[in-house]
Amino acid sequence: MSDLETLESEISAAIAGAESEAALEEVRVAALGKKGSISEKMKTLGKMSPEERQEMGPKLNGLKTRIGDALAERKEVLKEAALEARLKSETIDVTQPLRPAAIESGRIHPVSQVTDELIAIFADMGFSVAEGPDVETDELNFTALNFPEGHPAREMHDTFFFNEKEDGERKLLRTHTSPVQIRTMRSQQPPLRIIIPGRTYRCDSDQTHTPMFHQLEGLVIDKTSHIGHLKGTLEEFLKAFFEVDNVELRFRPSFFPFTEPSMEVDVKCDRSGNEVKIGTGNDWMEILGCGMVHPNVLRNCGLDPDEYQGFAWGMGIDRLAMLKYGMPDLRAFFDADVRWLKHYGFRPLDMPSLLAGLSK
Amino acid sequence: MKFTLSWLKDHLETDASLDEILDKLNMIGLEVEEVVNPAEKLGAFKIAKVLDAQPHPNADRLRVLKVDTGEGEPMQVVCGAPNARTGLVGVLAKPGDYVPGLDVTLSVGKIRDVESYGMMASERELELSDEHDGIIDLPEDAPVGMPYVEYAGLNDPVIEIGLTPNRPDCAGVYGIARDLAAAGLGKLKAHKKPEFVTSGACPVNLTLELGDNPEHCPAFGLRLVKGVKNGPSPKWLQKRLTDVGLRPINTLVDITNYFTMGHGRPLHVFDADKVAGDLVVTHYDGDGEEYKGLDDKTYMLESGMVVISDDNGVESLGGILGGEASGCTDETVNVLIESALWDPLMIARTGRKLGVNSDARYRFERGVDPAYMAPGLDAATQMVIDLCGGEATDAVIAGEVPQVETIIDFPYSEVKRLSGLEVSHAEIKGILTLLGFHVSGMGDVVKVSPPSWRPDVFGKADLVEEVVRIVGLDKVPTDTLPRTSPVSQKVLTESQIRRSNARRTLAARGMDEAVTWSFISKAQAELFGGGAPELALANPISSDMSDMRPSLLPGLLLAAQRNADRGYPDVALFEVGQVFADDSEKGQKMVIAGVRRGSATMGGAGRHWSGNSASVNVFDAKADAEAALSAIGAPTDKLMVFTDAPDYYHPGRSGALKLGPKNTLALFGEIHPRALEKLDIDGPLVAFEVYIDAAPEAKKKATRSKGALQIADLMPVSRDFAFLVDASVPVEKMLKAAKGADKALITDVNLFDIYEGVGVPEGQRSLAIDVTLQPTKKTLTDEEIEAVSAKIVAAVSKATGGVLRG
Repeated sequence: MSDLETLESEISAAIAGAESEAALEEVRVAALGKKGSISEKMKTLGKMSPEERQEMGPKLNGLKTRIGDALAERKEVLKEAALEARLKSETIDVTQPLRPAAIESGRIHPVSQVTDELIAIFADMGFSVAEGPDVETDELNFTALNFPEGHPAREMHDTFFFNEKEDGERKLLRTHTSPVQIRTMRSQQPPLRIIIPGRTYRCDSDQTHTPMFHQLEGLVIDKTSHIGHLKGTLEEFLKAFFEVDNVELRFRPSFFPFTEPSMEVDVKCDRSGNEVKIGTGNDWMEILGCGMVHPNVLRNCGLDPDEYQGFAWGMGIDRLAMLKYGMPDLRAFFDADVRWLKHYGFRPLDMPSLLAGLSK
Repeated sequence: MKFTLSWLKDHLETDASLDEILDKLNMIGLEVEEVVNPAEKLGAFKIAKVLDAQPHPNADRLRVLKVDTGEGEPMQVVCGAPNARTGLVGVLAKPGDYVPGLDVTLSVGKIRDVESYGMMASERELELSDEHDGIIDLPEDAPVGMPYVEYAGLNDPVIEIGLTPNRPDCAGVYGIARDLAAAGLGKLKAHKKPEFVTSGACPVNLTLELGDNPEHCPAFGLRLVKGVKNGPSPKWLQKRLTDVGLRPINTLVDITNYFTMGHGRPLHVFDADKVAGDLVVTHYDGDGEEYKGLDDKTYMLESGMVVISDDNGVESLGGILGGEASGCTDETVNVLIESALWDPLMIARTGRKLGVNSDARYRFERGVDPAYMAPGLDAATQMVIDLCGGEATDAVIAGEVPQVETIIDFPYSEVKRLSGLEVSHAEIKGILTLLGFHVSGMGDVVKVSPPSWRPDVFGKADLVEEVVRIVGLDKVPTDTLPRTSPVSQKVLTESQIRRSNARRTLAARGMDEAVTWSFISKAQAELFGGGAPELALANPISSDMSDMRPSLLPGLLLAAQRNADRGYPDVALFEVGQVFADDSEKGQKMVIAGVRRGSATMGGAGRHWSGNSASVNVFDAKADAEAALSAIGAPTDKLMVFTDAPDYYHPGRSGALKLGPKNTLALFGEIHPRALEKLDIDGPLVAFEVYIDAAPEAKKKATRSKGALQIADLMPVSRDFAFLVDASVPVEKMLKAAKGADKALITDVNLFDIYEGVGVPEGQRSLAIDVTLQPTKKTLTDEEIEAVSAKIVAAVSKATGGVLRG
């Protein structure tokens, strides 16, 4: 074996034996550094005769190239191994659970969500949203709505009264959202299309009645709207709200002092299970009251009943929520039990819209 | 209003089935609430005859019966009834039959070693009455094997309708029949004409002395029937009354109830021998005395109530409740029958005051047919004579029966205008006429006057309702409301948009939306600055719900505690709702408020491997308040923090966010320990309140363009400073001073450290900030940076007295 062959095999063995990039660097310096074994051999080329150089030159250069390649190859292997080792050392247990994100845990109350659903539907039908105060006058809650003084219809309302004041005025908590009809008709010119969501109060308490509840009232005033339009409006609304293809409604004559004719509306449903299913079945369930605005109410708002006409309806927001989402007990709506809120509540970004469907 | 099918058929000739009748009642506005057919639960029981009754071998009081059921072999039944005897015809319950009065389903049993294949039933066992002294004992000719309900006429459904207050005409079975007949369900049978003859004038006179209020009793009819024989009324009459929930008393009283329920005509009967002198209808003017009613209860009379008096004093509360003193008993032989008219408002007032809910009050306060006052008296007289015998006198009629004066000019076109329903003139006229309305005139507009029994009809719309309900609302074609604009418009007000945005923002911050009562207890209201007398309910449902809330916090704080008591101590709740400063419209304000309890911070509650959550603190509340303010579009960059929050907040750990000293937009902080104690709750609890409508509305911009984006190409420079500042100086003051030192260059000032302790003099804090400088034209030189730094130090020093920390 020539000297060069011996040198090459020694260096090759050193390269293969280098276990780290630093050890490999030492091998490189020892071979190819300024004073490295191959570099030293290269320096001897200058002193050689042309014949010798002719022979040794290619041999040495070949050796240098082969060692250089072997170093580079080994370096790549060592770098890969080092990365492997690092990655291994960095491994963590990604099954560790996160804290629940705030946006995942907060919930919107069903009353708000359902109100937003109702607004989305009626906004599309051209209704805007009107509101009024909870503390009302007797005039707006009753008299202007054609409840005569002392009439038994007033007693049906189980009104919460405030104490009579020195001037004889006795305010009350509105028993329905209808006073806002009067407020709107007295302050705006027809044509009118409004819905009125809000809190209402009656002194009554059992599983299906709470002293405070939420109502949504609707009002249309123009020169042409009649019972046919009322039927169409409510039918379209109920289909959209319950997200069913068809609803079957039954309109029954009834009595409210502020409408004439007055009607109650039953919806066909299936009550056989624990929950009521709308749009199927063979049972009837009363769902809302409505009618043509009473001529006296129009007159009380300065409108001529021979010129203007329209309809109004009222329904319980809480009750609609119960029917759609299956809450069994109205009282739980106002108890703020987080277990109930988490179960029946809605995610903050699930804003009801007609574009994506009212509910998920 | 309850009635039975057979009672209805006394007045209505019809072939319609029960279901058809119920449907029609619903369709014409007489809402069916319940239908109960007693026959359904008694259908299995059949008439059976005891062929033989022998003593029980092992029991003295029992008997062993052989019973003929009408089919097959006689059955053996063990019976303990004292009247069980050979030959008795009774009612048998067999094994498998459900006995409602015992709430058991029978099976073959062994009684004292003798097998029993059934039970002879008592009336109580069939829930027919309270009778349980013996088993049912029928006449001998009762057909054995026939279902008992058929024999006894029990197959008679009881129908209850929810009568709306505008329809007093249907507060009697006859009126319901009249409505059904008009709706095409049969023919109304005519009233039977009275045939009795009278003998002489009524010896008891009656006068109306009502001073300025003659309308309280416009008319009064009275008649004496002499020589009657009172006692239990006939079975058929008793059944009529018990079917609709009334208790039979005696024939005379039962007749009055029969007219109340059957004809909507309340009557009263006096025992004439207990009436002293003449009767007078007058206003009671004593100063309170006890009055014993026929219902066996005692009432305290008040001055001004309308009463019927004689020489003995008050005998009756006219139109509401007869008096016990002159009431009819089994011994009555001379009876005075009263048929009168009373003012609905007066009746409602008195009835409400005394708390009497009588069938008479129910009808009079809704309106009784005035025209039937005298005919009703005559018909009742006839019934008294028919059932009790006797001799009638002439009637005394005081006052005058008011005539219906309403005449409505009715264009037929109103039906179409208001309902959308096409009905021919002839059909409209026909319906109104069948309902008893008088229609006169030809052409497109006619004159219509309502019948005396329809006090609810005043105008055109009422007539449209009559036509539409009889034709059927289901016949009205459904129509679509035309769109008002091709694309839906904005429909929410600024306040509504703000509430919606805030609600969803807070929920996204991990809070749950609650809805709590608008009323709270007086003590809670006072604790939160409320409790004004004008906001206290006169008739609260309970003392916990007596006063309108001045703040949302009491409701939310108590809700948080309820959750903690149920084992959920870390809750974050908010509410968007109204609070009340006074009883005016402006006194009601919309507020967003929230509470966080325990460790319910936005980052999460409780313990976690990544680090346990700290207790909530004032900054959690401040962050919620600022998030809500930002969501409602309040100018958050212009807000000033004040430390004068109301006294239910911790005085040292609370603040108010304001635009100027007077315009408070939000409050936040820990709840005052004393407030917690008074509410009987515990923390840690922090809270905030945001006054939604206090924030000014953003100015309307002419364009929606956001303008061009200006970005500097040069790198920003950051420099750190630490100042020693007196601990009483709010950091906000220092930050403002630093930021204002060079408005062109300084784009951000960030407080990154607050330190008190070793190395910092007592009473001072070290506040460390980094300041970002953003050059716009050229890179800053060291000299320029030095110059800005000097300005910052000077500005902070001037504003706070702080010095740069060495």
